[in-house]
Amino acid sequence: MKIVTICGAGIGSSGILKVNAEKALAALGLQASVVAADVASVRTVSDDANVILTSQEFVEAIGDTYAEVIVIRNHFDQGEITAAVDRALGEH
Amino acid sequence: MPLPSLPDEAVVLGATASSWRDALRLAGGALVASGAATDAYTDAMIGLVEEHGPYIVISPGLAFAHARPGPAVLRDGLAVVTLESPVTFGHPHNDPVRVVLGLAVAGVGAHLESIGEIANLFNDATVTGRLAAATTADEVRAFMGVSA
Repeated sequence: MKIVTICGAGIGSSGILKVNAEKALAALGLQASVVAADVASVRTVSDDANVILTSQEFVEAIGDTYAEVIVIRNHFDQGEITAAVDRALGEH
Repeated sequence: MPLPSLPDEAVVLGATASSWRDALRLAGGALVASGAATDAYTDAMIGLVEEHGPYIVISPGLAFAHARPGPAVLRDGLAVVTLESPVTFGHPHNDPVRVVLGLAVAGVGAHLESIGEIANLFNDATVTGRLAAATTADEVRAFMGVSA
């Protein structure tokens, strides 16, 4: 499984999302690779992704994708991010 | 690398900004004053928001100002700006901004350790409020666990 985090530069906000998504995976006992990227390279990095975590501002630019696109409001809210990862990748 | 150091020049407390651009200029100015970046980096930080919108307001009250590594980055650097009056960036959920955290990274890859530190720090929802209320650079450094 693969999670891609997307922001404008591929450095800051997507980096925060990557770190917190990895914590979420560990807390949930799930395995997935997590890649942070800028929105310009979303096509290349997310063609095999299951989930894209991003901010509202990038949803339109991400466009049609097989991955589930999830908007994170508060990048530092571990509860919000863990719930999103669980909803998308957890066994229910 | 852990978080970059935070010299006095990189801390601006109780500043006045009349717009989000002003707020980012203050953070850019602090990175320039501390020798981490050139003025072009400030323009690049503003340019990212002009291009993509206020997504850098990544949690309530906090803007994470940064741009890509490049010639405008002289060395890894951190800056903290607190605003006397909160500033609206246009974010649907996390406005208004009271604290601007500026980050300059010289290269991609090693910066993830700094990003991890920032995540560990601000995952505590009280940190932004404590930074906003700080009155000295020493207090800011103590909250963030960084040196001068």
